[in-house]
Amino acid sequence: MASLRNEVLRLYKSLLREGSKFSSYNFRMYALRKVKDDFREHKCETDPKKIEAFLTFGKENLDVIKRQVMVGNLYRTENLVIEKKTG
Amino acid sequence: MFRSAQSVVNVGRVSSLGQMSRVKGYGALLSKTDIPLNIPSAFITLCSNRCKESSNKEISKDLEGRPLYLDAQATTPLDPRVLDSMLPYLTSYYGNPHSRTHAYGWESEKAVEKARKQIADLIGSDPKEIIFTSGATESNNISVKGVARFYSRSKKHVITTQTEHKCVLDSCRALEGEGFEVTYLPVTKTGLVDMEQLEAAIRPDTSLVSIMSVNNEIGVKQPIAEIGKLCKSRKVFFHTDAAQAIGKIPINVQEMNIDLMSISGHKLYGPKGVGALYIRRRPRVRIEPLQSGGGQERGIRSGTVPTALAVGLGEACSISKREMKYDHQWMEKLSNHLLKRLESMPEVIRNGDVEHTYPGCLNLSFAFVEGESLLMALKDIALSSGSACTSASLEPSYVLRAIGADEDLAHSSIRFGFGRFTTMEEVEYTAQRVMKHVERLREMSPLWEMHQEGIDLKSIQWSQH
Repeated sequence: MASLRNEVLRLYKSLLREGSKFSSYNFRMYALRKVKDDFREHKCETDPKKIEAFLTFGKENLDVIKRQVMVGNLYRTENLVIEKKTG
Repeated sequence: MFRSAQSVVNVGRVSSLGQMSRVKGYGALLSKTDIPLNIPSAFITLCSNRCKESSNKEISKDLEGRPLYLDAQATTPLDPRVLDSMLPYLTSYYGNPHSRTHAYGWESEKAVEKARKQIADLIGSDPKEIIFTSGATESNNISVKGVARFYSRSKKHVITTQTEHKCVLDSCRALEGEGFEVTYLPVTKTGLVDMEQLEAAIRPDTSLVSIMSVNNEIGVKQPIAEIGKLCKSRKVFFHTDAAQAIGKIPINVQEMNIDLMSISGHKLYGPKGVGALYIRRRPRVRIEPLQSGGGQERGIRSGTVPTALAVGLGEACSISKREMKYDHQWMEKLSNHLLKRLESMPEVIRNGDVEHTYPGCLNLSFAFVEGESLLMALKDIALSSGSACTSASLEPSYVLRAIGADEDLAHSSIRFGFGRFTTMEEVEYTAQRVMKHVERLREMSPLWEMHQEGIDLKSIQWSQH
């Protein structure tokens, strides 16, 4: 159980780290919000089978994020007006 | 100058011939001689000219970077997860999904069939009832023209509403040219269909009722389940244009008795250029196809299915199904915030029903401010005064006119469209900018001044030509 917990935490951190690399402001903010909300929603989950399923789903999404961050970086745009203001 | 409500305002204008001609009403034109008379909102055009001059510097100073996107009813960005599902079929797997003799065809076909199932799962139908098209416009054309034409021997009547999307209205116009009769139902003040009127409009020779699920301009949700029930009991086919509803509000074709439904890819974070059409199999809805060809998609829509686009639409539906509740809560949060901020100003009117509405679409009228001028001032936010299809014209939206909005209010409306990727910071930024510019434009408007002085503008008799 402890190892499963560690794995979940590792995945959570990886998802946030990779998600914060989106060059698009909107995708980046969405990724961070969604990852946090999803983990919070299921934080009390105890069924190991369900946790395994969530882990698989999360890992698939991590791969998607990594690939899409790369694609996004290939076609970067100017920052949005709102980004310049907040620095 | 405008002290009395009964005062008749005569305004002179020196034309190029040196003659004085009277202008109907527009007091603000007094000092301007070069405003074209044929624009009904000339007085506000003046304001917009002025604010262009005065605030251009300020805007260009501010406008570093791309504008925010708040036009989700026109189109939505492609979800990175959707693009990720499509990329293999734009690169490695290029087979024709209709090729039956080799593996390239099989793998594409498998992907298309998976996508078909993902769409069917979202709307509660059988995958066999889903037809891939190029978008909701094509789906609407096939439904309206296809059904009416197929049953034209015995049935010559079609019912729709005045607030439908242009492609449904135009298809109906085409049918009228072919000898069909079309009833364009009016809607209530809030944009809803009156069920009694609908029931009264159904005739023995009515073949189809076409009513959209969520309006693209005012976000009003029609009572689809009730309409479906009524149509079923009267044995009339029911088509709904659900382009703005799919993936955003729960829709089940069985529970809602929908016979045909149009779906668009790019309104639910999928790719542009693809859509789907649900056509009921039991009891079977028959259609006369518009397009002739190789007989793909059960002969209803010939032409090779674009594998990558279909896969993208499928993935978009699958994501929407999983996250509909989450996204909807976010829309409510954003929309409530914007509404709370903007309604702190006086004379802000919300168009469309407050209760039966999709929160991701907020249509507001700012009285005494012309929508186009406001849009012009808000160059740092991508907004629209209505449908993208008609955004090139200065005419007020026919949807707003159909719900009985006054001409001047219809001219002062702006549609705020939120999406999955809209942030709270964007909404707050928008609220601040809108409030600032509405106040500024109102300060310039003589009509606003008169209104502040308590003059009822409607009671003024503007002088005639």
